Amino acid sequence: MNVHEFQAKQLFAQFGVPVPRGKEITSPEAATAWASELNTPVFVVKAQIHAGGRGKAGGVKITKDKAAVAGLAKELIGKTLITHQTGPKGRKVHRLLLEEGANISKELYLSLLVDRDSGWPVFIASTEGGMEIEEVAEKTPEKIIKELIDPAVGFQGYNGRNVAFALGLNTIEPAVMNPFIQMMGNLYRMFMEKHAAMVEINPLIITKEKTIVALDGKVSFDDNALFKHADVQQMRDLSEEEPLEIEAGANNLNYVKLDGNIGCMVNGAGLAMATMDVIKLAGSEPANFLDVGGGATKETVAAGFRILLKDPNVKGIFINIFGGIVRCERIAHGVIEAAKEVKISVPLVVRLQGTNADEGRKLLAASGLKLEVANDLWEAAQKIVKLTGKAA
Amino acid sequence: MSILVNKNTRVVVQGITGKEGSFHATQCKAYGTKMVAGVTPGKAGQEVEGIPVFNTVADAVKKTDCDTSLIFVPPPFCADAILEAADAGVKLIICITEGIPVNDMVKVKRALHGRDVRLIGPNCPGVITVDEAKIGIMPGFIHKRGVVGVVSRSGTLTYEAVHQLSTLGLGETTCVGIGGDPVNGTGFVDVLPLFEKDAETQAVVMIGEIGGDAEEKAAEYIKKYVKKPVISFIAGITAPPGRRMGHAGAIISGGKGTATEKMKALEAAGVRVVKNPAEIGHAVKAALGR
Repeated sequence: MNVHEFQAKQLFAQFGVPVPRGKEITSPEAATAWASELNTPVFVVKAQIHAGGRGKAGGVKITKDKAAVAGLAKELIGKTLITHQTGPKGRKVHRLLLEEGANISKELYLSLLVDRDSGWPVFIASTEGGMEIEEVAEKTPEKIIKELIDPAVGFQGYNGRNVAFALGLNTIEPAVMNPFIQMMGNLYRMFMEKHAAMVEINPLIITKEKTIVALDGKVSFDDNALFKHADVQQMRDLSEEEPLEIEAGANNLNYVKLDGNIGCMVNGAGLAMATMDVIKLAGSEPANFLDVGGGATKETVAAGFRILLKDPNVKGIFINIFGGIVRCERIAHGVIEAAKEVKISVPLVVRLQGTNADEGRKLLAASGLKLEVANDLWEAAQKIVKLTGKAA
Repeated sequence: MSILVNKNTRVVVQGITGKEGSFHATQCKAYGTKMVAGVTPGKAGQEVEGIPVFNTVADAVKKTDCDTSLIFVPPPFCADAILEAADAGVKLIICITEGIPVNDMVKVKRALHGRDVRLIGPNCPGVITVDEAKIGIMPGFIHKRGVVGVVSRSGTLTYEAVHQLSTLGLGETTCVGIGGDPVNGTGFVDVLPLFEKDAETQAVVMIGEIGGDAEEKAAEYIKKYVKKPVISFIAGITAPPGRRMGHAGAIISGGKGTATEKMKALEAAGVRVVKNPAEIGHAVKAALGR
C-alpha cells in the first residue's frame, strides 16, 4: 500500500526524522490560513498523488508571496498531472502539501528496503540526491552505497558511520554527521515497527543552517502486515486506486488492470501471469491479471466476470483453470451459474485441465452457453485471439 | 533416488485441526506419506484421520520421531510456528501459508541461519517425491514417476508443467515449490545442487517469475556447476513495472526483475528458455533427446 508524501512525513516526524513544517491542504481557503500560520519566507505547494515525477509535471510550486499561495492551491487542486509514472491518463490532484521552503546546501539520497538476496534490510544512499536512483545506478554505480542491517540486532552506530563516511559527510558538513546517523536509526525503527516495504527520501538535504531534513518522502507498506496497523490502514486513499481493483479486492480477488483486449480469469498467480504471456504470444494483449485463488467458487467466478465486463476494452474472455484441489466440474458449474447471472456479451473460451477436467468440459459443452472449450493452453489462447482479432 | 523427501520422511502438520490443515493432512496421508503427528495448541489427545494431535511440536517430535513439518498456521502466527518447529529439532520445514509479513520472514530467516534446518516456502505448494511422499497441497494424481526435477516459485503453473511432463511420459523425480514471497527459506540455488547430485534426475525444469534476482543468481550457479540440462520458463513478460502480480514477490521495481532480463541471464548460462508455457514439456523432451 502506498501513501502520500504528507502522510510519509507525518510518520517521519513521529519517529524523529526531521521534516519541514507542513500540512495537508484541500482548498485555497485552507491554504491561506495555513500560510499565515506557517509564516516563512518561502512557501512550497506540492500536489499529492501516488506517483513520482511531480516536479517536472508542474505539480510543485514555490513562492515567496504569502498572498499568492491561495492562487497556486486553486491552480493545482483538480488539475490532472501526467508524469512518467502516471501513464498517459495522468492523475487528478485532490490534495496538496503546503510547507515551508528550505535553504538547500546539498542534496542526498537515502532509502531503506529489504534486500531479497540476503533477506536483510538494506540502506541505499548516494550523494546524487534529487536524481532518479535507477539512473544513478546505471550511469554511476560507484556512487551507490549499500549498507545491510543485521535484523537480529537491528541498526547499529557503525552502520550509520559506514554510510556517513562513504557519503563524505565528514568533509561536506561535519556538523550533520551525528544527526544523520541518529536519523538513520530512527528510520530503521519506523521501517521495522510499521512494516514498511520501502522508505525513500529523495532528496534528503543538508541545509545552509547545517541541519538534515527529509525534503521529500515516499513510503509503501507491506500489504500482508496491514492487519497489525490500524493507523496505517487509515492512510489508504481509495481515490488513488483503480476502481475495478478496489472492487476486486473487496471480493478477495487479485486483479490488476492492463491495457489489452482479452480479459483473463485464472487460478494461481504464476499461471495467471503465464496466461497473459501466452495471449501475447498468440498475437493479442491481456486486459488484466486476475487470480481467483485456490478456492474458486460460483461467487468468485461471478465477481470475476462482473469486473472483467466493466472494463470497456475487454473484447473476449479467457478462463484458464488448472484444477488441483479445486475440481474442474465445480468450476464448470460456477461458470454456468455465473454466466446466467451476468450477461456475457463477448466471446468466451474456457480451458479446464487437471482434476475432473473431462467432466467439467462435458458440463460446459452441454450447458447451451455460447462458449468454446479447450484442453490445451496454447490451443485455448489461439482460439480466443482468433475470436477477438489480433491486437492492432 | 530423489531429493529432500522420500518414503521414510515422517511428517508433523502444524495447524492440523484447521480447515486447510485437516483437509490436506488427509490428502497427503491418502497419497502414502507418513503423516505421523499434528499440532494445534490446546488440542492434544484429539485425532485427525487417525493422526494424533499434540500441543507442541516438541511433544510431537518426542512421541513420534517426526523429522519434517508441514505448516498451515494463519499468517499472524506463522513466524512463531516456523521457529517452534526449528527449536523442536525438525530438520525440514515446509510452509504453505500465504500472507506472512515480510519483516516477520526477515527475522525468521535470520534466526534459522547457520542452523541444521531447511525452510521451504512460505507461500508455496510444498514438496512431492512422486510415489513416495506428497508434503503439500499439489494434486498428487497429475504426477508420474520419471526423470525430471522441478523447482518453481509458482503453484498452479507448476502443475501445468508437471502435467505436460507426465503426459509426454517423461515424469518427475521430486517437485519443489519454493514459493512466491520476496523473502523465502530456500532458493533456486539451494535446490539446483540437490538435483545435480541426484542420480535419478536427468533434467531440471526451473519455473521463475518477475521480481528479485533469484533467477539471475541461479543462472550464475548453473553456468558454473550444473551439467544436467535445465529448461526454464519465466512468467510475467507482459507484466507492467511497479505492480504486484498476485505473489508478494512478483513485482518489477526500479526497472529490476523483468522477465526479459532473467531470460537473458539464463540463456547466457546455457539454459533452454521456453517463451511459451505450453511448450515446457516438449522442450524437456528435446533436451533429453527423446
